[in-house]
Amino acid sequence: MRPAPTPRRSIALVGSPNSGKTTLFNALTGLRAKTGNYPGVTVDRREGSFREQDTEVQLVDLPGTYSLHAISDDEAVTVQVLHGDFPGVAAPDAIVIVADATTLERSLPMIAEVLLLGRPTLLALTMIDELKARGGDIDIFALRRELGVPVVGVVGNRGLGVGDLREQLLDPTKWSAAKDLPEGDTISRFAWADSLLKRVTRHPVSESGLTRRLDNLLLHPVFGGLIFLAFVTFFFQAIFSWAGPAMDTFAGALDQAADWTLATLPDSWATHLLADGIIRGVGAVVVFVPQIALLFALILFAEASGYMARAAFVVDRIMGWVGLEGRCFVALLSSYACAVPGIMATRTIPSPKDRLATILVAPFATCSARLPVYALLISAFVPATPVAGPITLQGLTLMGLYLLGAVSAILFAAIFKRGMLRGASLPFYLELPPYRFPSISSLAIQVWRRVRLFLGKAGKVILAGSIVLWLFLNFPVSDPPEGASESQAAQHQIENSLAADLGRSLEPIFAPLGYDWRINIGLIGSFAARELMVSTMAQVYAYEGDTEEVEGFADLLTRADPETGQPMMSAATGFSLMVFFVYALLCVSTIAVVKRETAGWKWPIFQLGYMFGVAWIAAFITYQIAA
Amino acid sequence: MTPTHSSLADLQKFGMARVVRVRGDDSASQRLCELGFTPGTEVDFVRKAPFGGPLVVHLRGYHLALRPGEARLVEIETTGGQQ
Repeated sequence: MRPAPTPRRSIALVGSPNSGKTTLFNALTGLRAKTGNYPGVTVDRREGSFREQDTEVQLVDLPGTYSLHAISDDEAVTVQVLHGDFPGVAAPDAIVIVADATTLERSLPMIAEVLLLGRPTLLALTMIDELKARGGDIDIFALRRELGVPVVGVVGNRGLGVGDLREQLLDPTKWSAAKDLPEGDTISRFAWADSLLKRVTRHPVSESGLTRRLDNLLLHPVFGGLIFLAFVTFFFQAIFSWAGPAMDTFAGALDQAADWTLATLPDSWATHLLADGIIRGVGAVVVFVPQIALLFALILFAEASGYMARAAFVVDRIMGWVGLEGRCFVALLSSYACAVPGIMATRTIPSPKDRLATILVAPFATCSARLPVYALLISAFVPATPVAGPITLQGLTLMGLYLLGAVSAILFAAIFKRGMLRGASLPFYLELPPYRFPSISSLAIQVWRRVRLFLGKAGKVILAGSIVLWLFLNFPVSDPPEGASESQAAQHQIENSLAADLGRSLEPIFAPLGYDWRINIGLIGSFAARELMVSTMAQVYAYEGDTEEVEGFADLLTRADPETGQPMMSAATGFSLMVFFVYALLCVSTIAVVKRETAGWKWPIFQLGYMFGVAWIAAFITYQIAA
Repeated sequence: MTPTHSSLADLQKFGMARVVRVRGDDSASQRLCELGFTPGTEVDFVRKAPFGGPLVVHLRGYHLALRPGEARLVEIETTGGQQ
């Protein structure tokens, strides 16, 4: 027997940033929530549900806003959804306003704006515990009487009052209506709020002493900067090395699975596709998960504790010169580990233009996947001449490549912000909320949501890309000549593959940079993942040693080709290739994530194009000078 | 005493002031008003980042950082005795 259809309610959560709205949303819905995008705009769409007493309640966590006069894309979404004007999104049946009890003086005018919409509305007051701890006391019954609508006090991170709130949400038709709302403009709403607050406040809240003391240190002109640098170092270290063991475990397990498949199933191209194409392709996706989880755990903790706003304050002057704001710094920094989590981190940037500019330049940051390529090329073409103390010419070259990426990222961000992403930029204002200890369960839920989003959307594209590239490198299947060694057989295979055909047809484009078809195959291979460049090249040049040992392979590259007598790769080509790797977007995963984060193919295609153009020009200049 | 009209960007000199009005009527001015800079609102200086960076003010029970460009839109008068 089918159960009777349950009544459904759709309720929107609206509130200012830092009001505890998302924590409350997570406390209400737990893991029964999904994140997506509103159609056509890159604004997070968070929806969840809970079921109680046979009623299904759908909750929408609308983007935070300080008023209903939207000045940014995400605020516009909130306003349009509340008015029922957003195409394809039904107006909510009821509204829950989430307001921080300690900042009612600022948020009451917006509460009035929402109440004036005339829908069933409930006011959830968060941070009730903090209000008390800071000596404040608000008469919630009086507030209910004055506003007319139900008022519920909650402590979202400890779940207090959440049960009561859930019960109230079951039937918004029972909610009492608002009364005595202010007419007129913002100024008159503030006047109304001031007089109302006087009537319901038993004792005003005092400033947070802890926040004052911590800010004296964290926002100090000197120490604040040093602490920020320490925070950055910690961050960098965490993503670079602490995610490493987990990534190695994942990668190792999938490698074993691939090897097991090769050993167990009959030797055929289908087995190779399964093992090398699909299983290792899955590996290329899950290998990002530890980095993404760790990065978001750190960012969300910094955000929820209040430090992120301080970090943005500390670097605002520098970033302001570029035309970006402080938050963009963190996303750019994360891109040094990998552009994939870095680009996902841009979600915390409020201004869509700043966010897009950050996404467009993030891949210039030298990600860890470029290191093996740099290591190979530097050890082949740069002598280990000591320069000063332990510093060698090789080390300086590597640093130069890092710097080139960083300077280019800043330069192009400035160009984009002064050029096509100019126009009415958002006014800059940054609330510095009191320091708070974040709700760990809420953070865990948010991290999980990010990981699931990555696996679901970007993961599919990465997997598909890996499989297509594998097919390119391994088809058509050609039998090796008699008596060929394993490395010669591999070389024979790749020389007759679709990728080789493509590599040869790309020669007119890459010849001015000094690349022959063999290097072109390497570039095609590096598209699946930059680190694949080295293994693909090893296959092309029939290198028999272990690719982990850079020196042997580097030595092979500089040796003379037995057929032509020329070196396998000239120094000019090597330098040109290094520069090409600084600029080119040789990464299918990044493209997949940009497509996902910008909700379409327009920006990833633009990014691929402009970065290729810059890479080509820079590599061309390098080659012409060096040759 | 005649009140001195200055902008929020000079708040450091006074320590504390009252908002007279927000200049202009574009989105920045509108938003500043919605953040609570309405006539008569008391604003305290909290700190300022070096080299022309943003400043932090305290108003209506919360802390807000503004860049000098936005701060100049807020006209203030000194409340007297706070110099």
